[in-house]
Formats: sequence, structure tokens, C-alpha cells
Amino acid sequence: MQTLSLSNPSIGRLSLFDWIYAVLLWAGALYAFNAYGAYMDSYEKTFLFGFAAGFSVLGWYWKPLRTLIITIAAVSLFAINDYHGDLGRAQHAFFLKFMLASQSAIMWMSTLFVLATLTYWLALATRSTFAGQVASGLTWSATAMGLIGLIVRWYESYLISPDVGHIPISNLYEVFVLFSIITALLYLYYEQRYQNRLLGAFVLPIITAAVGFLLWYTFDRQAENIQPLVPALQSYWMKLHVPANFIGYGSFSLAAMVAVAWLMVNRGILATRLPPLEVLDDLMYKSIAVGFGFFTIATILGAMWAAEAWGGYWSWDPKETWALIVWLNYAAWLHIRLVKGLRGAFLAWWAVVGLFVTIFAFLGVNMFLSGLHSYGTL
Amino acid sequence: MSPFYTSKIATNMSQRTVSRSFYELLSSMRFAISLFTILAIASVVGTVLKQNQPYTDYIIKFGQFWFVAFKALGLFDVYHTGWFIVILAFLVLSTSLCIWRNWPAMLRDMRSYRESATEQSLRHFHHQAEFPAHANSVSQLRTYLTTQGWKYREDTRADGILLAAKRGSANRLGYLLTHSAIVLICIGGLVDGNLPLQFQEAIGTKKIETRDIPASEVPPISRLSANNLSFRGDVTIPEGSSADIIFINSGDGYLVQELPFRIALDKFFIEHYTTGQPKSFASNITILDKSTGKPLLHHTIKVNHPLVYDGVAIYQASFGDGGTRLRLNGWNVLNSNNQPFPFGGVVHERSSLASDNLPLTVEFTEFHPFNIEGSGDAKPQAAHLGGNAVADNKDLHNVGPSFEYKIRAADGTAHAYNNYMLPVQIDKRWFVVSGMRSSPAEPYRYVRFPLDPDATLTGFMSLRAVLMNPTLYPEIAQRVTNVIMPDNPTARAQLTDSTIKVLTLFGQGGFKALSDFIEQRVPADQRDRAAETYLKILEMCAWQAWGMARSDAHLSPPVANEASGWFLRDSLNAISDLFFYGSPVYLQLSAFDQVQSSGFQLTRSPGKNIVYFGSFLLVLGVFAMFFIHERRLWLLVRPDRILCTMSGNRLTLDFENEFRQRCQDIARIGKES
Repeated sequence: MQTLSLSNPSIGRLSLFDWIYAVLLWAGALYAFNAYGAYMDSYEKTFLFGFAAGFSVLGWYWKPLRTLIITIAAVSLFAINDYHGDLGRAQHAFFLKFMLASQSAIMWMSTLFVLATLTYWLALATRSTFAGQVASGLTWSATAMGLIGLIVRWYESYLISPDVGHIPISNLYEVFVLFSIITALLYLYYEQRYQNRLLGAFVLPIITAAVGFLLWYTFDRQAENIQPLVPALQSYWMKLHVPANFIGYGSFSLAAMVAVAWLMVNRGILATRLPPLEVLDDLMYKSIAVGFGFFTIATILGAMWAAEAWGGYWSWDPKETWALIVWLNYAAWLHIRLVKGLRGAFLAWWAVVGLFVTIFAFLGVNMFLSGLHSYGTL
Repeated sequence: MSPFYTSKIATNMSQRTVSRSFYELLSSMRFAISLFTILAIASVVGTVLKQNQPYTDYIIKFGQFWFVAFKALGLFDVYHTGWFIVILAFLVLSTSLCIWRNWPAMLRDMRSYRESATEQSLRHFHHQAEFPAHANSVSQLRTYLTTQGWKYREDTRADGILLAAKRGSANRLGYLLTHSAIVLICIGGLVDGNLPLQFQEAIGTKKIETRDIPASEVPPISRLSANNLSFRGDVTIPEGSSADIIFINSGDGYLVQELPFRIALDKFFIEHYTTGQPKSFASNITILDKSTGKPLLHHTIKVNHPLVYDGVAIYQASFGDGGTRLRLNGWNVLNSNNQPFPFGGVVHERSSLASDNLPLTVEFTEFHPFNIEGSGDAKPQAAHLGGNAVADNKDLHNVGPSFEYKIRAADGTAHAYNNYMLPVQIDKRWFVVSGMRSSPAEPYRYVRFPLDPDATLTGFMSLRAVLMNPTLYPEIAQRVTNVIMPDNPTARAQLTDSTIKVLTLFGQGGFKALSDFIEQRVPADQRDRAAETYLKILEMCAWQAWGMARSDAHLSPPVANEASGWFLRDSLNAISDLFFYGSPVYLQLSAFDQVQSSGFQLTRSPGKNIVYFGSFLLVLGVFAMFFIHERRLWLLVRPDRILCTMSGNRLTLDFENEFRQRCQDIARIGKES
């Protein structure tokens, strides 16, 4: 245990790159404010500058984020510019058609996530550091392509018609992309923090499963079509509620996959390749704690939105009720661990079961139960 | 000491132990976790079973026995049943006791630096290390602690100085915040819940109204005063009308809640995207003074943009028809009448209709000013891989207004109809369509009345009248016979007879009657040929009948071409379908005067702010608990060595990491001079 090292991210002393990054973010925000401020309400202005401030600090805290954000900003701007304001160019302009139109970018994201999963497995099997680095790089690229896809999709929705334009987190297709990206980012953060690449072999499969669903949803249901927002979704709350929820879902999924790794190491399977139990336990706890925090925020934001859209902050709608069940589940998990100080197989199994409860709240409710929250019906 | 006295003490003591252990149980975490589990499982029930549906739906679904059993358990409104609220109350109690039990120690702990710790007790800690020291160590360590953000106190002892430092005490505050938040949220929810109402229902001072009567006739026992602390109900207001009450659904009935003001709906409107999907639902309303009727406020309510007036929030919840006036042409479709009669009605109201001396009631149920139809989107598979993420909506189009009604016979049986006002194009031909179904579970089956070459319905209706008029059959048969075989007299008589037979059969039961006849009378091997012959005769009859109908109406004779061929075939199909239409009358919409209605939800929820405040504390608390780490550091500095001990409330890897870091730093300070 004493030999473990954690890379401790901290803001520390800011480098020149840190400053350039922050200046770029703020310059972008100011440019957007200058160009489009007239069309924004006060909430949107707050979001804009809140984003610049929040992501400056986040980038300083977790350095790789700076490169990611600058890259996706540059590529997205190139793609948006390449449209020349004509949606039809997605069908024939080379870069758009094969790489950067939202659907193409999301297909690239899907491919890269699958490749990353395979490479992580290869790295685990061969103990190859190089394969691990490649897998990491593939995951980063997939995340970048996914984010580019979402940003370009956001722009495309405005090209359809200015009143159709909206942030692409409004239906099941779009949130699956969001889920993949957020889970990948959370994983990449811990990968760097714990200096261990082999857990990717466990975490990436859940992203691949999401990608599998995404592909089925695309080919079977034509889900990739951008649809205008129904009146109930036209709210600034969506921009907060949905991402907060998916940080929660992503963290819980990550925790469950780490729990699977824990259970295997506990039985001596892959024990020499994977991190020791203490590290896995620590990661599982942190991931659930982060998830719980964001899930709490998301549920509260959801209640506040419901108070505006449905006439009551709590209606015992199936989605609300299942959110409560998920919350109670992880609240109980945290109590047991923190107050009772319990560790070990029981908590790991519980984290795995928690994933199924979470999946039901996320997907099952939409598939099997009817209610107010039917924006993501299958 | 008397024995009596002793026993009294013993009783007291055992009572105290019982209540003490009860207190311990209620405030224990084991109990709280059990409650979490029970609450979660109970909640699942309410999501699996659809809540607050009409009781008849449940009876149909589960049968009488299970309906009664489920109703007794309150499963149709789980979240408001006594037992569910008792679970919640226990959760509040347990959490409150937990706070009560722990807060004094927590606060003491937060404040305390534990500077009186003895060396012996410090040596019991798991995380400790010893380093050499020198004369300046104490002052350097003081500087180190301050610059690193630690707060500390000093305790001077005989053999040295103890620096007792701490950091992240707010973690303990997190505990208090989260647990108080839960209590606050539950109390807020309780304030907004319907507990007082349930209590009044239980003791009988309020009673649910189950009759379908005008709101003004609902007796006081089912009415709630405008001073009611909290409520949540609905009301539907037609354009041009107003309301000062709302309905609160409860069980299999409702209660009437008085409002402190009156709401009038001036206009309801829907905006659409260019693709046809609805973009916004909005109502222009006026708030009126309840007693004087004076307008107090004009406002537009939209989905996601409610109006809060006088502590009552008004939401756009639904919309519908508020009593559109319909002007109609009634066509008798099963007799030889070829003229329409004027008819009319109002949506949500009834009109009576006498057809062939049978009393019929028409119940107008819906009016849709437009209908967007499309053939569905089908992209080639490769198109999903890239390029445009835009749905191709070009095939969507508006097919115009439609209205729905039921025709109820004297015996109570009814058929529902859905009639479109404008003709629709099907297979490049134009039809007026009318849908019929016998139960809401079925889809509408459509009868298509073809438009004649002049693009009116009159041609079909006159043709149908002739074909349903037995007195004209001999003449039709005569004309047909003249066309087929002008010479042979015996064969002529036979053909005329058969033609009359075909006409009679068709005029009484359509193609079905003909095919039944063929099945009964014709040997199996000749049926196809017979059917072909009859069909040919029928088509020729139709041609002749059309000619007769047109000459009656002083119109030019029909022109034989492809269009008239289709018209005749479509007419025969339509007439044949009319025998299954379920009503002797078809109602054609000629004009309408649309009146919409808007459904509002009105809530008064004073507990909302308590819940929001609780939620705010909850978020603060959760983040304080998970992301602020409480750590204590004791540095017992003697002239020659430093004993460094560290403790924390979360022994995570970060803690190990930090301990190692601190040890290095302190070792360095110890070495420097």
C-alpha cells in the first residue's frame, strides 16, 4: 500500500499554456456575447460566462482538458465554417460528409470507442504499456469526436430553422452520445489520477454497450434525425438538468465496472495485472460519491423544472420515483461504507446491482412505464 | 429501604431501558437503512401500477376481487396512503433523532483542537512518524502549518510543545446540513400534501363528489374554501368563458376548490414549426376580481412559463375543443333520398336526429382544425453513416379539418365516426372519407365516397339513391338488357330478371349479399365465373343508373372514360361499405366556427420554498461531506525530535498520500537549521 502513488492534481502555479487557454476561452465567450448577446436571455448569458469561468478552472485543475477543449473548439469551428450556412453541404463537402457532420462524427466516435475497448483488452492481455497508451489515445479521440459531433449537431439544428435550433441533449439518441462522452471523460480523469490504464478494459465495455444501443437506435429507428423541441422541453433547465444527470449515471456506471474488477481481483483473477483492491475500492467510493453529488443536484434541478413545466415539484411520476429509488440506493451504500466502515465484496456487489437500478431508471422507465417524462421513449 | 421503593426504582429503570433502547433503535443507522429499503420498494409499486386512473379501468384490468383488495391497500394512489406516509414520517423521525443524538458531539468535535492529547494516546494512532528536530523547528512548523492552511493550537508541556492542527472541519457541517435538509424537504412536502384533506375525508367533514353534475350544484361538503393552505387541481375553460373554481381529483370522484379570483380565457393558440410539430401552446388569460368581475391582469401563459398570482401558480396543462359550432349536411345513405338535409351541432353537446322514424342521438366529441399526415420516413441504410442528420419531412401535409361524433341508437348502442371536411387524394383519385368504429379500442375503418367528375359528392349520392331505389330496378334492367342483347326475347326476359336480382341483392347488402347468394346457389366450380358475370352486370347497371341520375338532375349524360370507370367502381365499393357503416346517416361538415378551450393546472404550494431551501442545504451538505476531508495533525515537538501523528475521518488513498507528503515536509523542516 505504501508503494502506491497518486498523481495529485492541483491548480498549483499556472503555466503560460494555462493562461493562453483561459484567455482563449474568455475571448470565445466574449465573441459569442458580442455576436449573439442580443438573442440571449439572462440565464443564457450567465451560462456563457459561467462556462468560461468554470472550464478555465477545470482546465487548470485537470490539464489534459485544455488540449481537448481547444481541439474540439478548433475542429468544430472549422466544420461550422465549412457548412457555408447550407445544410445540404453535409452530403457532398468532403470533410463534412466523411468526418465532421454530426452524424459522421458520432459514427467516428462509435468506431473509436469500440477500437479503444479492443485495445484496452489487448493491453490487459499482453501487459503492453504501448497498447495501453494507444487505447488511451483512442478513448481521447473518441471523446473529442463525440463532442465535435454534438457541437456540430447543435449548429445544424439552427440551420434547419432558427426556431428549431436547440442544444443536442433533448432525446434518447443525443443523451446516449452524452453518456458515452461523460463516462469516458470520468474514466480518463481517474486513469490519469491513479496512473493505471488497465481499468479501461472494464470501463470501456459499458461505453461500447451504449454505442451498440446507439447504432441499433440509428439503423432501426432513424433516431439520428434532429427533431424540434416539444414545448415542455423548451426550457433553460434542460441545459443543467440533463448533463448533471449524466455525470451521475456515468459515475455510477464507472463505479459498477470498477466493482466488477474488484470482485475479480478479490478472487485472484487478473490480480497481478489490475490495481490492488485498495485502489479499486477507493476509486469505486470516489466515483459513487461524485455520482451521488451530481445526481442529487440533477434531481433537485429536475424538481425545479417540473415545478415550472408540470405544475408541481414532485408528482410521483415514474421517472421521479425511480430517481428517488436510485438516490436512496446510493445513499444507503454511502451510509454503510462511511458510517459502518464496511468494505469488501458486499459493497462491490451492491455497486454492480446499483448499475441495474440506474439503468432501469434511465432506460427501463421509458420502455416499460408511462408518465410525464416520455421524451425518450423507445 | 422498603421493598416497595426498590421495586418502583426497578420498574422505572426497566421503563427507561425500554424507551432508551427504542430511542437507540429509531436513531440508529440500521433503522434508517431499513426505512430507505422499504421506501424504495413501496415506491416501485406506484410506478408499476399506473396511479389515479378511473376505477372502471382497474376493474377491467384486475377483476372485481383484486380491485377490492388493491383498493383496500391503497395501491391506486400509493403515495398518499396512510402506510406510505407513516414510512415517510418514520424517516423524518429517525433522521431528526439522528441529528438530535449527534449534533452536540459533532459541534464539540468541530471546535476542538484536541490540544490536550497525551503522548501516550498519540502513540495509539496508526499514522505516525518521528523525525529529528532542532531549536528552530517549532517556529518553522508554525509557519509551515499557517502557509499550508491549517488552523492550530499550542499546548506547552514539560518536555515540549504540542501543535494540534486541524483542517476541513466543515465536513462535519455536511452531516448536519444533509440530515436537516431531509427533514426540511419532507416537512415542505407534507405542507403541500393532501394530508389535511384526507383527515377531513376520514372524519367525514368532506366528501368526494362522484356524480357528473355542474360545479355550481356541488354541495358544500365537497367544496374547499379559497383559504385552503395548499391545493393542486385542474380546470378547463372554453374561449370567452371564465371559471373561479378548479377540480381536485380524488379516488373515483372529485372535489371543488374555490379560487381567490376568477380566470377568463380570451384566446388559446398553438404555434407550429415549419415541419408541422407543435412549437408552443399558449393562452391569453385575464384575471378578474371574484366579486366585482373587474379585470385585474392580462397575461399570456405558456408551457414552462406559468403565472403566479396571489400565491396561486397557473400552468398551461392541456387544450381541447371548447364547443366549436359545426354546420353539417346530413345525407341519408341507406334509402333512395338523394338530397342532404341541414343539420348542426356543438362539440361536447348532443343533437337529436330522426332517420326513417328511428330516434338517434348525435354526440359531438371532437373537432380538429387540421390534421398532419405523412407516409413515414424511410432512409437508405447507408445514409445513417454520415451526412445529414435532418429528417425528411417533405411528405408531411395538412389534410384539413375533421370532427368526431357518436351516433347512439335508442337502445344505447353507439358507433363513433371521424369525418374529414376536405376531400383527400388516394391513388390519384379524390374521395371524401368517413371513419367508423364500434369501440374505442378499434382503429377507424374508412368509407371513401368518390367525388364525381364535377368534384362534388352529389354525383355519388344521386347514383347511390338510384341504386337503392327498388322501383327503378326494372328500368335499369331494361336499359342494361337493351345494351347487351337487343334481339333474343327469352334470353332478354331471363337477363332482365337476373339483373333485377343482382340489383336487389346489392341494394340490400352490397357485395356481401351477392357473394353469399353465389355461395348458396352456385356450384363451387362455377362461382368465379358467376361472380365475374354479376360484377359485370352490376357495373353496367351502375353506368345506366348514373345516366338516369344525371338526366333527373338535368345534367348531360356521363362520358365514358377512365375517370368515370373509376368513379363507378369506387361508388360501388362505397355503397357496399355503407351496409357496415352502422348508421343510416353520413354527416358532412360544411362550415365551422371554432371555439377552443384551454386546460389549466392551478397550484398553491407554500411548502415549495421550504423544499427548495432544504434542497439547497442538501447540495451544500453532500459536497461538504464528500469533498471536504477532515484531517488532524499533531506535532509534538521536543528539543531533539518531532512526533508527527495524523488522523482523518476518511482513510482514503488521498489521506495516505497526504500523510506521506506531510512526513516528507516535516522531516525536511527537522533537518534544516
